[in-house]
Amino acid sequence: MQATTLPLPSQTPLARPRAGEFDARIVSNEPVNAEYRLMTVAVPDGAAEARPGQFFQILCPHSGALQPFFRRPMSIYRIDPAAGQLSFLYKVTGTGTRTMAELEAGDTINLFGPLGNGFTLPENGAPIVLLGRGVGLATMAPLVPFARKAGHAVTAILSARTPELVMSEAEFVGAGASVLAVTDSEGTSAVENVEDMLHALHAEGRLGALYVCGSNRLMLAAQRVARRLGLFGEAALEQQMACGVGMCFCCVRPFRQGDEIVHRRVCSEGPVFPLLEALEW
Amino acid sequence: MVDLSVDCGGIRLANPVMPASGTFASELADIIELQRLGAFVTKTVTPGKRQGNPTPRVSEVPGGMLNSIGIPSKGVDAFIAETIPLYAGFDVPLVVSISADTPDGFADICRRVSVSGVAAVEVNISCPNIEDDGRAFAMRPETTLAVMRKLRQATDLPLWAKLTPNTGEIPAVAQAAEEGGADALVVANTILAMSVDIRTRRASLGRVMGGLSGPAIKPIILRMAYQCVRAVQIPVIGCGGIMTAADALEYLIVGCRAVQVGTATFVHPGAMLTVIDGLEDYCRQNGIARIADLTGTLSAEAHDASLEWEAIA
Repeated sequence: MQATTLPLPSQTPLARPRAGEFDARIVSNEPVNAEYRLMTVAVPDGAAEARPGQFFQILCPHSGALQPFFRRPMSIYRIDPAAGQLSFLYKVTGTGTRTMAELEAGDTINLFGPLGNGFTLPENGAPIVLLGRGVGLATMAPLVPFARKAGHAVTAILSARTPELVMSEAEFVGAGASVLAVTDSEGTSAVENVEDMLHALHAEGRLGALYVCGSNRLMLAAQRVARRLGLFGEAALEQQMACGVGMCFCCVRPFRQGDEIVHRRVCSEGPVFPLLEALEW
Repeated sequence: MVDLSVDCGGIRLANPVMPASGTFASELADIIELQRLGAFVTKTVTPGKRQGNPTPRVSEVPGGMLNSIGIPSKGVDAFIAETIPLYAGFDVPLVVSISADTPDGFADICRRVSVSGVAAVEVNISCPNIEDDGRAFAMRPETTLAVMRKLRQATDLPLWAKLTPNTGEIPAVAQAAEEGGADALVVANTILAMSVDIRTRRASLGRVMGGLSGPAIKPIILRMAYQCVRAVQIPVIGCGGIMTAADALEYLIVGCRAVQVGTATFVHPGAMLTVIDGLEDYCRQNGIARIADLTGTLSAEAHDASLEWEAIA
């Protein structure tokens, strides 16, 4: 089972679009379930060339007593360069997302981005597996069409508390992924089970590279499997941010670099990192 | 055509707007036109490597933010080798911010950063996030004087002393910095503060206490800048809660020679450029040929009570 070489990530020939601050018109902003909403915005030329895994800093409006000060970093859920549109899947939890939820089609919202480094794909056309939970699914969703277009078979393992909260299954399937859902309520989401599933996918020739987002436990499981099988992998991470471009050093996380533990900025050195270098939090 | 240039603490600035230390880095060059700034001010560098404070390092509060970054630093050697050259291609004065634990440590790093390409040294004797319980040199006149004297002997470059608002005697500290050899004062650093997450009953910041910045602190820092202007002869650079040109104008009117914009850049990456444009517009609309003429023009005229009643009616 020990692999001898690691496939190298390919560097995209596309130049990273220049980040900018702009007003975007809201096309729609609708609930998708009890907790999440989907906002689609029309963006200026170029902004829709964002890569999967990149994010935008969203300036949430002030509404009555709710006066968010900072922008809110949001990973891109859907990228549609042809229509010039981007979508964000967000959980309505705090001050910023509550005021975002009040916006309607036709309103404008100020965005800053695209920011950060997106996902990279292995060079050899290897089949890939995405592993995500909660809002992590939103981050990985645009990787499906991106990888399919580059010729990779995609399997997605979607983890949630209950079957009703498994989000985006249609989005993943529609973009060409095979989807396996695991849930706490059905007792299938335990990391041991997920690790067994990953090994089974590897035995079937469906796991050549591994991507994870949205859960510390799943990331650790993915690291164990990737280490055992010698797989290329990436993890998209989150951290509270302020500036979003690497100036303030608020959003650091610990990483393994050789024998050292170093801090890296999630916003500018990530949010996508080499899977095996990320440390648990 | 408005003349926006100012003489400030030993250097000439094309305009009075620059970043506050810790809110600026070369990454911003991909996003805004850096060449338009009055000066560059680097994030504080320390003698050796520092990891910085535990996360969360930032928390939002009404009208601003708390931070406890703790000056992560790659050390002065790497800073000189890697960071200073990044700015060589710009025709903008480079101000290097330094910090150390002792007066001798301050003098040593000051000597080392006094190299070609550096226009002035800003001495961060005021960070609330590294000294024990938020203490810093600039909380007292005696410690300010001692560290500034050491620094003055260490360099021929202009020295800007960045003061702390966490003192009850800002005019005396300002005078001590001037007496110790400062060429300008930066007023001020963040206000020591904290907040609590009532769901978890934990402090919002990993280090519990941190520095408050943003528009919430502007009236307090503006008052301190005004006090410093009256206490010293050297230029005062206003720094605290500037989000707009109107905020910057208040600082200039009370007597500041220049301003630093910090937290605003986190919300609007182009905030400094918007402030420059707004200053120019204000001067043009008010027939002010040189922005330097605006400094210290706070009117002492008595308030007209009848007009004020109209305004709030």
